[in-house]
Amino acid sequence: MNSIDEVDIEAELTSQIISVAATGGEIEIIGGGSKRFYGQSLEALPVDVSGHSGIIDYDPAELVITLRAGCKLSEVEALLAEHRQMFGFEPPCYGRDATIGGMVASGLAGPRRAFAGGIRDFVLGVKILDGHGEINQFGGRVIKNVAGFDVSRLMVGSLGTLGVILEVSIRVIPSYETELTLAFEHDSADKHIRWINELGSEPWPISASLWVAGRSLLRLSGSVQGVQYAAQQLGGETAEPCWDELKEQALDFFDDAQPLTRISLPPATTDQLDDIPQLIEWGGAQRWLCAEVDIPALRSMAEGVGGSVCAFRRHAADVAVFHPLPPAMLKLQRSIKSSFDPAGIFNPGRIYPGL
Amino acid sequence: MSQTRREKLAAKFREFLAPENVVDQPTSLNTYESDGLSAYRQQPLLVLLPENIEQVQQVMRVCQEQRLPVVSRGAGTSLSGGALPHAEGVVLSLAKMNRILEVDQLSRLAVVEPGVRNLAISEAVKSLGLYYAPDPSSQIACTIGGNVAENAGGVHCLKYGLTLHNILALKLVSSEGEIFEIDQRSLQSDGYDLLPLLVGSEGMLGIVVEVTVKLLPIPRCARVVMGVFDSVEKAGDSVAAIIAEGIIPAGIEMMDNPAIRAAEDFVHADYPVEAEAILICELDGTEEEVLSQIELVEKLLKNGGATETRLARDEAERLLFWSGRKAAFPAVGRISPDYYCIDGTIPRKALSAVLSGVRALSEEYGLSVANVFHAGDGNLHPLILYDANNEGELEKTEELGSKILQLCIHHGGTITGEHGVGVEKLGEMCVQFSETEREQFHAIRECFDPSKLLNPGKAIPTLARCAEFNAMHVHEGKLPFPELDRF
Ligand SMILES: Cc1cc2nc3c(=O)[nH]c(=O)nc-3n(C[C@H](O)[C@H](O)[C@H](O)COP(=O)(O)OP(=O)(O)OC[C@H]3O[C@@H](n4cnc5c(N)ncnc54)[C@H](O)[C@@H]3O)c2cc1C
Repeated sequence: MNSIDEVDIEAELTSQIISVAATGGEIEIIGGGSKRFYGQSLEALPVDVSGHSGIIDYDPAELVITLRAGCKLSEVEALLAEHRQMFGFEPPCYGRDATIGGMVASGLAGPRRAFAGGIRDFVLGVKILDGHGEINQFGGRVIKNVAGFDVSRLMVGSLGTLGVILEVSIRVIPSYETELTLAFEHDSADKHIRWINELGSEPWPISASLWVAGRSLLRLSGSVQGVQYAAQQLGGETAEPCWDELKEQALDFFDDAQPLTRISLPPATTDQLDDIPQLIEWGGAQRWLCAEVDIPALRSMAEGVGGSVCAFRRHAADVAVFHPLPPAMLKLQRSIKSSFDPAGIFNPGRIYPGL
Repeated sequence: MSQTRREKLAAKFREFLAPENVVDQPTSLNTYESDGLSAYRQQPLLVLLPENIEQVQQVMRVCQEQRLPVVSRGAGTSLSGGALPHAEGVVLSLAKMNRILEVDQLSRLAVVEPGVRNLAISEAVKSLGLYYAPDPSSQIACTIGGNVAENAGGVHCLKYGLTLHNILALKLVSSEGEIFEIDQRSLQSDGYDLLPLLVGSEGMLGIVVEVTVKLLPIPRCARVVMGVFDSVEKAGDSVAAIIAEGIIPAGIEMMDNPAIRAAEDFVHADYPVEAEAILICELDGTEEEVLSQIELVEKLLKNGGATETRLARDEAERLLFWSGRKAAFPAVGRISPDYYCIDGTIPRKALSAVLSGVRALSEEYGLSVANVFHAGDGNLHPLILYDANNEGELEKTEELGSKILQLCIHHGGTITGEHGVGVEKLGEMCVQFSETEREQFHAIRECFDPSKLLNPGKAIPTLARCAEFNAMHVHEGKLPFPELDRF
């Protein structure tokens, strides 16, 4: 039925963690390694979890798939496609070896994020190996579940600092019948921002938006009738889809020689970055700058409007990757980290000092 | 509770709360004795009704100093006893913090105080063509603060998500009286994502004092079709067939024969009272989309063995179709002196097995059960009919309820889909979660509330509680379902 390997290395991983914990060591959890650049770099014993692979349960009519974390993202997406289903959050791969565990731990979502939801919104349950060497399960395999605190969704974006994700259950959605990309001219970022947010007040079947170099692109997804009707009403010109290239950061805009900065702002924010070359997606919420930038200045601008700035890739080593947290919040998050990993063995300092 | 301690504390709170916002008279305190799960009652020491965030902070500082347990309360519609008062503590009612602070049309969001009623948000933004999607059946009464604390769902959550999916930012007051905020308007939060921990935390991690909700454009068109079935299994299979076809209905609800009869008696929606099950399926979107999909759904229902399908002709009839389902709880309340609502969730494919299990248990206990079911997401609401005036019947009902929940766990489900654990399902938590998992929950609670004053005794059972539960329920060293797969 599928080519996904069935290999269960839970026992080996557990004994590995227990022995590291016993000797006061530290480990770096590696899935596919494709997103290792994301976060502060570390020096710790690499533990490869990509060998922990296999489909635990997938019944398309339940809209839920349960997987071992080492499954390759590309193989899982191919399996879902066979059943005309997909991940709603359109995860980036950044390479063929990307794993499901790395996807959940990095929490990175693609162009559909603003319209369909993020990984957090689709995770239903996890099985994790914590810093005590205990295997615990949280959440479940059903869509609605409020028993206990929602630890499974806390794992999303935790970058392996809370434990090894062994298995995860994810809600999937049906693939769309059809998709269409439309192009519109907007000569400034703010014009795009206003336009795309105004469109939001009508129930158009929009599944992605992009603005770069004076041009707005819109992706419509849904039933043939719904998409055709929307396309007639919205106008614009039919354009080549470039959504995979956007997701994988392979558009010309993403210059490999320059530092890449992610700016997250409330989507309708204007008057802040209007004259700076940038790429805007997620209806205005996610903006990319690919150039040398003044991170502290951007951070204070973002804080003023309720946003944040991530020094995503290729920044100087002494720049804090993630937006600093207020001291009380950092303290709270460190205590959460310790509750899972008291000795601090997992990916120490990946997100912040002590986290 | 000694009257003098109550008086002394009331005076302390009246130093910064208006006199009428400190309730200390036993007759008035009785109003707050229970929530929607009226089988549990407890008079609190005091009820406090702050009018702003500053006052909530002051209340928390006094409670810290006096080591007073604090039970937050919205509208008190919880069905799990989550808002049940603590004998030695205060009830912190957010009911007077009920203003809509800001509506931002361009950003499609509203900033509201926690005591704003769920439906009041949609009413306030209707003229802008917007609404707030989660629609619990209690939406006329329940508050957004209570919805956040319970991660409330509704009949439209298969397509539009639960409370969690429709919240952009939260402001909370910690047990120490400090404000902390989670702001995800930008769809990103560096560091850990605490929103999912806080949503559904049943008032144990912080007091919700401000909520920023997402608003959606009102769909252009909504149509409803009803399928009538002579067996519950066929109805269940039809749900699977619709979803396998790639259709996500805006809502898809099932009722069994006893529920159909009760609802029909109450609202006269012209429901087929002889049917074993009905499915009510709503589709929304643009007119073109809905018309093409509803035809397909009707065909799938017929292929699935529906003896009849009915398409609501107009908006009035659409609302009529829904009226029976939305009034199912009060309708059952009319045919029985008392009813007890269960909230288990199961993988849909287990529906027939679970429903026949429920039937067998219902016979064993001699108590009737009517079933309503959020069929799209597997959330089952068996309503057990009983009479609390009959000696021992409540206990028997609770035991039956517990058996039904364990059956749900056994079939790969969970003990609560949307009503929360509260005080009601503490025992079943011991079955669903292992000791180390429950320890992790306690550890998380201590990160937020080291003093353990926020809603103590709810949601997460102690070790002792589980030992007691297991002693009662483990027979000859075996749990009721030894092959139980907890995930
Ligand atoms: C007839 C009926 C139908 C229902 N239908 C549904 C349904 O379809 N879907 C569904 O999900 N639920 C349903 N419910 C259950 C209930 O309405 C929800 O759980 C609702 O979210 C509770 O809101 P409330 O304001 O009444 O909260 P309360 O009952 O007052 O409190 C519930 C819990 O939240 C905590 N809490 C309340 N406010 C705050 C705050 N500001 N900060 C922190 N904690 C707080 C309390 O301590 C308590 O633990 C129904 C109930 C009834 C009676």
